[in-house]
Amino acid sequence: MKKFVFAMLFAFAVSATLYSQEVPQVQLKDLKGKVVNSQDIIENDGKPVMVCFFATWCKPCIKELTAFSEAYEDWADETGVKIIAVSIDDARSTNSVGPFVNARGWEFDVYLDANGDFKRAMNVNNVPHSFLLDGKGNVAWQHTSYLEGDEAETFEMIKKVAAGESLKENEAEKE
Amino acid sequence: MKKFLFLLVVMLSVSSLWAQKDGKSENKFNVSGNFQSDLQYYFEDQKIGAVAVDERLLSNSYANFMISYGKFSAGVRFEGYYNTLLGFPNSGGKNDGFGVPSYWANFTNDKLEVTVGHFYEQFGNGLTLRSYEEKSLGIDNAILGARVKYTIAPGVNVKGLIGKQRYYWDLSDGILRGVDGEIQFNEMIKSLNDAKFRFGIGGSFVSKYQKEDNPIYNLPNNVATGAGRINLGYSGFSLISEYAYKINDPSADNNYIYRPGQAFLINATYSQKGLGVILSTKWVDNMSLRSDRNATLSDVTVSYLPEITRNYTYVLQAFYPYASQPMGEWGAKAEFFYKFKKGSKLGGKYGTTITLNYSRVHNIKKTAINDSTPIGTTGTYGYNTSLFAVGNELYYQDINVEISKKWSKKWYTNIAYMNLYYNYNVLMGTAGHDNVKANIGVIEATYKITDKYALKGEVQAMFTKQDKGNWILGQLEFTMPNWFFTVFDNWNYGNPDKGARVHYFNVGFGYVKGGNRIQLTYGKQREGVMCVGGVCRHVPASNGFALSISSTF
Repeated sequence: MKKFVFAMLFAFAVSATLYSQEVPQVQLKDLKGKVVNSQDIIENDGKPVMVCFFATWCKPCIKELTAFSEAYEDWADETGVKIIAVSIDDARSTNSVGPFVNARGWEFDVYLDANGDFKRAMNVNNVPHSFLLDGKGNVAWQHTSYLEGDEAETFEMIKKVAAGESLKENEAEKE
Repeated sequence: MKKFLFLLVVMLSVSSLWAQKDGKSENKFNVSGNFQSDLQYYFEDQKIGAVAVDERLLSNSYANFMISYGKFSAGVRFEGYYNTLLGFPNSGGKNDGFGVPSYWANFTNDKLEVTVGHFYEQFGNGLTLRSYEEKSLGIDNAILGARVKYTIAPGVNVKGLIGKQRYYWDLSDGILRGVDGEIQFNEMIKSLNDAKFRFGIGGSFVSKYQKEDNPIYNLPNNVATGAGRINLGYSGFSLISEYAYKINDPSADNNYIYRPGQAFLINATYSQKGLGVILSTKWVDNMSLRSDRNATLSDVTVSYLPEITRNYTYVLQAFYPYASQPMGEWGAKAEFFYKFKKGSKLGGKYGTTITLNYSRVHNIKKTAINDSTPIGTTGTYGYNTSLFAVGNELYYQDINVEISKKWSKKWYTNIAYMNLYYNYNVLMGTAGHDNVKANIGVIEATYKITDKYALKGEVQAMFTKQDKGNWILGQLEFTMPNWFFTVFDNWNYGNPDKGARVHYFNVGFGYVKGGNRIQLTYGKQREGVMCVGGVCRHVPASNGFALSISSTF
């Protein structure tokens, strides 16, 4: 068993350095009850996409998305970024998501992941968790939690991805 | 199982030798995963009822690895509990150990999806079937078997599954079979694609087989449950409804009675920019279904009965939480969200959001089947009731008002008031305990010292004459890029027993970078939901050090 685990981790570590993560194909529902495909909703003409996992009961998630909402128009003008908010609220509160989001005037595309299928496929542990996708639907950067002011770093990353810069090189330089 | 894992290793090893191909995603291997480990060092603390553990240190850990190539994907999860943290389902040690409780392979194309191995699934609102995981609660009732999803035409989807549920490191005794179908007319009929009026229907059927083994009673080998749902919408209005029926299912949950079960829920919402309204009602009678008729607590549940009450995150608001009563309840909820516009008198410069919430839950009206048989007697029909019959006993009521306001670039506040009625005996499973009537206030304020440095303060207070009396809670959280520091005290100053007026004091800090997070706390903690350092999680009671590491890669 131990040898197997070691082999798996080694193979995984090697592979991980060579391949980026693509968004998997998972079914979600939009606020009108229509079933959509995760790979279709991230289409944005080659421009960056932010996929933000949240829940209506998660206060830091609300803070993060409120901060994004206030800056969305400017960010979209400058980089063409599209923000998608995916709610992991389960059947208890999934029907509240539409009114909750609309009341706050959020302009994002909102999708419902009531049984956590997309959350699991993206390996999200806790919310909030955001992924920045490059124009080809690959994960270029991700961020967990929300601390005040984090949106500044998020926007820096969006700008870099929009400009076609590779974020891996930047991380290597930082270290 | 070993062969499957070996194949996965080979695939990964081979993939590391292939050159990355640009262009079509079908030619690329995608590898990803996550990892989380929660460790706690326990000190004995008799004052708060914290027990010492022989091992001193307990831990829950898991790691997921997933690989995909074009239309195929596969994954595996390792879990280790050496030993299981206190407060998590363990059933006398059944959960302890290390293993691979989840492995799966999947094929997906435009119309068809096939999954073999462990999978999660929900039919409709979950009344007939919900297989899911909630790591923070230790719930994982995945199904091991096969599932097929097929899109017959746009808007017409069917699913079928068969398997056994996970029961710690084993499988349930019962076998589940289920089908679900859904028609979204707006997608199916081209002329309705963009119509303002939306209409959809769905139905599900689940059957559980478990060989009957009772020496006294004649129990059904097969128990079936079915549900129908209708979803309507018009512009900003939406109506979601579902009715479920379960045939006789004598089980540990219902004291082995032969009554069938029913559940009905309706959710009506209206929303437009700046306004949201939700009205819901739910009526449930004898709707618990499990893969094992003798199981209890959170083991191998099949049906899921969504709670109608609101999900609270502030510690003192979540102090007395409501849990669905599958043996019978009627509930109603009204929720209202409104945002006062920016620039308006009440809105201020940035706008002000107000949330109002009212919910109420009663028992259902039950009458004895005859004069000589008390309600709920084992081996009988149990009792009589009728759809929507509401009883006189109040289980739960809450009234909640919450106002969020950003005052300036530096100041943000959130103020909440909650009035609560809590039927302690029914909801906590006790006898002779007073019902709790409480008023709870919360004031939260965030001050942004600079763009990247902030200080958040929270004061919460609970006023009640029952149970442990009044509580007061204070929390300070300092955040800077990648780091957060917290100090927290929850003081039971109003406890009728002067010797039990405990301070639940806690300090902690953490580091976040990218998809990685590490957090260390020390102190006493009551069970509840905590939002610290940017993430919300459920936390069991403890006294000692707690270390949490999580990573997504």
